[in-house]
Amino acid sequence: MTAKLILSMDGVVLKEYPLSKERMTIGRKAHNDIVIDNLAVSGEHAAIITILHDSFLEDLDSTNGLEVNGVPTKKHFLQNNDLIEIGKYKLKYVNEQGGQVNPADFEKTMVMRAPAKPAAPGAEKGDATVGAGVIKMQAAPGAKPAALEETGKFDAQQLNPPVAPAVQPAVPAPQAAVVQILTGPNAGKELELVKNLTTLGKPGVQVAVLTRRPHGYFITHVEGASHPLVNGTSLGDQPHRLNDHDVIELAGVKMEFYFKG
Amino acid sequence: MKIADALEIVSQTNPGMVRSHNEDSIAQELACGLVVLADGMGGYNAGEVASGIAVSVLATEVCQRLQDASPTDRDAASGEELGVVLLRDSIQRANASIFHAAQSQAQYAGMGTTIVAGLFYDNRVVVGHVGDSRMYRLRGETLETITRDHSLLQEQIDGGMISVEDARVSKNKNLVTRAVGIDAEVVPEIHVHDALVGDIYLLCSDGLNDMVEDEDIQSALYAMQGNLPLAAEQLIQMANDNGGRDNVSVILVKVNGEFAVPHGWLAKLSHWFKK
Repeated sequence: MTAKLILSMDGVVLKEYPLSKERMTIGRKAHNDIVIDNLAVSGEHAAIITILHDSFLEDLDSTNGLEVNGVPTKKHFLQNNDLIEIGKYKLKYVNEQGGQVNPADFEKTMVMRAPAKPAAPGAEKGDATVGAGVIKMQAAPGAKPAALEETGKFDAQQLNPPVAPAVQPAVPAPQAAVVQILTGPNAGKELELVKNLTTLGKPGVQVAVLTRRPHGYFITHVEGASHPLVNGTSLGDQPHRLNDHDVIELAGVKMEFYFKG
Repeated sequence: MKIADALEIVSQTNPGMVRSHNEDSIAQELACGLVVLADGMGGYNAGEVASGIAVSVLATEVCQRLQDASPTDRDAASGEELGVVLLRDSIQRANASIFHAAQSQAQYAGMGTTIVAGLFYDNRVVVGHVGDSRMYRLRGETLETITRDHSLLQEQIDGGMISVEDARVSKNKNLVTRAVGIDAEVVPEIHVHDALVGDIYLLCSDGLNDMVEDEDIQSALYAMQGNLPLAAEQLIQMANDNGGRDNVSVILVKVNGEFAVPHGWLAKLSHWFKK
């Protein structure tokens, strides 16, 4: 489905504009695609460039500028529900691509036929480069351009896949956890497990890793002569899930794993 | 050192958490120093067919030719090294095979595949690719992408239209601008890189790099460089933990020693005696 802009003022919706063209202009003068007849709005105030499923907002050197989500902006890659403000007018960008079309369909790799020549980077700066990109895209106009060859079909099992937004879903991170060193010269030091993968030891000598996964923390032996111990028991080659207050021993150093808070 | 002793290769492929088929195909031919990964597209099982043709054509063509020729030989026609010519020609041959199969059988119409291949010889790697399957290199602590995707998004990044950060949330991730088997001809991109002892090369389908940040790929490869099978498993697990929305395949090649091709008359003589 096509993305759209919803124009409103003082909370009253005035009109909806589907982003059906590659380039749509917003301004006071009548030839604009989105006309806002107000003296605070420049003749040609801004443009929205849409390339397939992505839209970009650009200020056309307007007198009073524009804001997106309260931040003054010259150029912006629009995300669903962004609020563009021009004077007293608000334009809400709605692009429910991920939820509305079948995500399997939308995520399938497709080939663009007749690939355009890559835009010459560095030849021209800023707006001119954007212009070059737009011309390039004219080979593939519209939301489902003919120039796009969809080679993907999907099977019955995939007719009801989980809704997959284009943006990588925030993986539910497990509870924060810490490893505190109990023995040796670094005793007392705490290591917060903020990364998905934390290395213990030294590559080439003795390494174990602590991995943070959606359902918990795991310790895995990677290399080295001796396997780490957890609560006195030697680890095998398989990842071992850690419980609160487990004691890990690696190369003679003891440390405690615990959840924070 | 012989190439088979100098390189360690492991690979893994997984359908992911959402899709029922695996349209990726991989091949590793340690004896001739070749690794190939392809991510197919097309209806029903046509994606698997396309990627399967691509990897088998490459594996057979390249390894057969190298049985009685050295990749460092000069090609008579172009003056280029045989290794480079061979990789380019075999990708083009794979293209022709897939294209003809797609033309002649209705159920395969429109199928195609990406490809990324590495041919290791003489302390170098020749990298050929088409589409958005990638090769990364971990050297020291630094992970670098050594292929540049043939995709709309990459063109937009190159053209300055979109920043690398914004590209992560783009909805145009799935558009490739080049593929194998879609047209009668294809132009593979070929580059030669020096391979150093200690380097780890990662070939992957977009099911990995769409789901896992480069930073996490780096930390997994760096931490697990001493245990390559575990590293491969970890990469696939990270993609699946993050949603696994696509097939995910990885090939890891670690350079454990030098593999220079012997030069000079003595080498030639001993090679001649071995025949």
